[in-house]
Amino acid sequence: MIDVKAIPAVKASPWNDPNVRPYVRLERLTKSFGDFKAVDDISLNIYKGEIFCLLGASGCGKTTLLRMLGGFETPTSGRIFIDGDDMTGVPPYERPVNMMFQSYALFPHMNVEENVAFGLKQDRVAKHEIAERVATMLELVKLGGFAKRKPHQLSGGQRQRVALARSLVKRPKLLLLDEPLGALDKKLREHTQFELISLQDKLGVTFVVVTHDQEEAMTLASRIGVMDHGEIVQAGTPTEIYEFPSSKFVADFVGSVNIFEGKLTEDEPQYVRIASEELGATIYVSHGISAAPDATVWAAVRPEKIYMSTEPPDGTDNTVRGAVQDIAYLGDLSIYLVKLPTGKIVRVTRPNTSRHAEAITWDQQVYLSWDASSPVVVTR
Amino acid sequence: MNDRRSFFMITCIAFGFAFLYIPILSMMVFSFNASKLVTVWDSANSPTLKWYYSLLSNEEILDAAWISLKVAVINASGSVILGTLAGFGLARFARFRGRFTLNAMVTAPLVMPEVITGLSLLLLFVALEQTIGWPAGRGITTMTIGHMTFSMAYVCVVVQSRLATFDTALEEAAMDLGARPPKVFFVITLPIIFPAILSGWLLAFTLSWDDLVISSFTSGPGSSTLPMVVFSKVRLGVSPEINVLATLTVAAVTLIIVGVSLWMARSARAEKLAA
Amino acid sequence: MTGRGLVVVLPYLWLLLFFVVPFAIVLKISFSDVDLAIPPYKPLWEWTGKNALAIKVNFNNYVFLFTDSLYIKALLNSLKVAFFSSLLCLIIGYPMAYGIARARPALRNVLLLLVILPFWTSLLLRVYAWIGLLKANGVINNVLIWLGIIHEPLTMLYTPFAMYVGIVYSYLPFLILPLYANLEKMDWQLLEAAEDLGCRPWQAFYKITLPLSRNGMLAGSMLVFIPAVGEFVIPALLGGPNALMIGRVLWDEFFSNRAWPVASAVAILLLILLVPFMMWYQSVQSNESAGSK
Repeated sequence: MIDVKAIPAVKASPWNDPNVRPYVRLERLTKSFGDFKAVDDISLNIYKGEIFCLLGASGCGKTTLLRMLGGFETPTSGRIFIDGDDMTGVPPYERPVNMMFQSYALFPHMNVEENVAFGLKQDRVAKHEIAERVATMLELVKLGGFAKRKPHQLSGGQRQRVALARSLVKRPKLLLLDEPLGALDKKLREHTQFELISLQDKLGVTFVVVTHDQEEAMTLASRIGVMDHGEIVQAGTPTEIYEFPSSKFVADFVGSVNIFEGKLTEDEPQYVRIASEELGATIYVSHGISAAPDATVWAAVRPEKIYMSTEPPDGTDNTVRGAVQDIAYLGDLSIYLVKLPTGKIVRVTRPNTSRHAEAITWDQQVYLSWDASSPVVVTR
Repeated sequence: MNDRRSFFMITCIAFGFAFLYIPILSMMVFSFNASKLVTVWDSANSPTLKWYYSLLSNEEILDAAWISLKVAVINASGSVILGTLAGFGLARFARFRGRFTLNAMVTAPLVMPEVITGLSLLLLFVALEQTIGWPAGRGITTMTIGHMTFSMAYVCVVVQSRLATFDTALEEAAMDLGARPPKVFFVITLPIIFPAILSGWLLAFTLSWDDLVISSFTSGPGSSTLPMVVFSKVRLGVSPEINVLATLTVAAVTLIIVGVSLWMARSARAEKLAA
Repeated sequence: MTGRGLVVVLPYLWLLLFFVVPFAIVLKISFSDVDLAIPPYKPLWEWTGKNALAIKVNFNNYVFLFTDSLYIKALLNSLKVAFFSSLLCLIIGYPMAYGIARARPALRNVLLLLVILPFWTSLLLRVYAWIGLLKANGVINNVLIWLGIIHEPLTMLYTPFAMYVGIVYSYLPFLILPLYANLEKMDWQLLEAAEDLGCRPWQAFYKITLPLSRNGMLAGSMLVFIPAVGEFVIPALLGGPNALMIGRVLWDEFFSNRAWPVASAVAILLLILLVPFMMWYQSVQSNESAGSK
């Protein structure tokens, strides 16, 4: 039986506790292909029981990083430690790490049971133990009745679960998942996300997930590492990444955002003011930032944090006028594109809370405003 | 670990290609040898083109080459028509009466030992002559029919495999725009599979040009092909003129195949870019 | 008749007339008597008088094949030679097909072209090339003597060794191409998955690549084996007078002895022997193309 009493999933935040030893440690990891640096000097700690998501567009180096963790690529420089052991030059077949491939890579000439048992046979586990562990694992991924099927007789979702079972049955210290839900359709993907989390919770295995889908990363991850050009540009919890992006790139990549360029006019510890030509107004932000005076900065405001009204709101800070240029009705919410007198287009989302919401329609003049705490100011 | 593996692979491949090419290269080198002993290099008088002149004035070989050329060209053109029809039918029509038989009939000639095909064709021609008086005697006609029978099978395979990777949406689009099936075939399908048809033609030509066994069975007096003449010469031992012939053949084949491959690679790239 | 029928009817009738019907005639003649006439066999049936048809089926030719040990020996020897040639082709060809399939795409096309190129040059000339290499004062002996490895020329030409070399050499591309086509379709990530689950590279090859390339190996071996059983040119040129191969026996019966009925009986026997292999080949081929979809 798999021990299900389990290590509790990361409820605390070990990454904020200097006394907790990281489970996976990457030290200045670089991988070059010729002149091209696929992974550029990455240092990163991952803690036991985490689901760490590497998020980025295709070609950002996330898959190369994952393949180095799996042992399929040898780093050009830097070191990889897993549970304290240096794994840098260790080949895949000697690593306590398993991978779930994007294509699933199920062996077509073996049935489900043989696929799942494959790794245990390599380790010369006793026959009766193999049978027991395979059966338990198949139950866990709800494939108990499919042991004798061949991969081509399974649906996409079932194949995904076979691949998961096959990589988990060896009880790896670290499970690598390459776009684990990429091949599934939207409905199934949502459902599977939650299954994956509860499975990880039960088994207590540390996951590293590569994905280009920010929604998937937000749902799954304990922490997200946003990657760009071979570097991790920001690592943090989903909330930190969404609410406190450290750069224009992260703000723009995760979710949608309105970015206004401006100059710092008042820089106090408690507040700042930014004069933005693009916006045609001054932005008041109710927290201090660290930037040089007169520096060019960018204020990022999420579309759902902007109020829209036909009547002028109270107060004058953070308020602009504009005309509704376009409306997209998405069912649960609507997206409004509002054109400011400066020509800048602002994106606003509003939940459709009542069926006959007060009609804001095309070409209507509206007021846009936001709380002083809403903008995030970034300097790059 | 990786290096050792690829070292092993490279050794295997190098050995394999050496095995394939050393005989051909040695023939080419010795075609310039002055000595009649062929494989003993006469360094005093070599390299020389003397055997090239000798070959090009050998009436027997030239006559045989002319017959071979006629047979090969007619065979290639006929095989391309029959093979394309068969390949098109097999690739496009999932179900028709006789599909299984047709499939078996085009696969069998690919592996059938030539002595059997040759013998059976000859007996057919003899029986036909006895009963209906055609073909009267054996010669170029009977040889060409024999060659077409197995060449079309090769053309069929080439065309069929090209059609298997063909995007049928193109044909559907043409029909949607109002073209009838025959027009679709000639305006859309044929131009796109043209490279496959061309290689089918070249293949059929080569098969016929090289064939010894089926020609021997189905030829008549006075219609010896080049391989038949070469075979009777080679049976008596090596001959410097055959080295020359081999060199010329290899040179011609290399030029044509490399040229056609480059052309096809270019058009494949263009197709990929357009897609 | 439908449009579809029109497309296939021409090749269909052609193959029926020139490929299938001839076998019926071969079968018929294999039951006839030898005659000193043109053509040299007696008719199988004859009108004898007004309404009587005399049919003379005679199994003598077959009885003859089984009583004279020459034919059985030739047949068994052909099977043996074809089997070991296929095996040798597989041993030499597998690493080549594998290496080409794993090469960089640009290099892959060049290597593939190099495999195909000899196939386009005449078989006869390529076999002839080996005479020049193998004979007593041929290239190989000259080189070995020059290197001082041997002092007397080795007898290689007109031996079974020469015949094997010739067959393997001529048929190697036929094995490599289908095997390459099979290996090229393989998902190399399966090997990574196997290594991830604890296989060393050679174990991954043995447990994943080899079983998955089974169809390619079978198809390729069959393309060597079936024609090699009936091969005539190579044994005739390289094998010497003692190389007893069934294709050669058929040829000699036909051309030298003008024993058409005996030659026909040999052909029928050979055909019966080979048809199961041909059917096997066809089923492997259709499995293979179904698998690729």
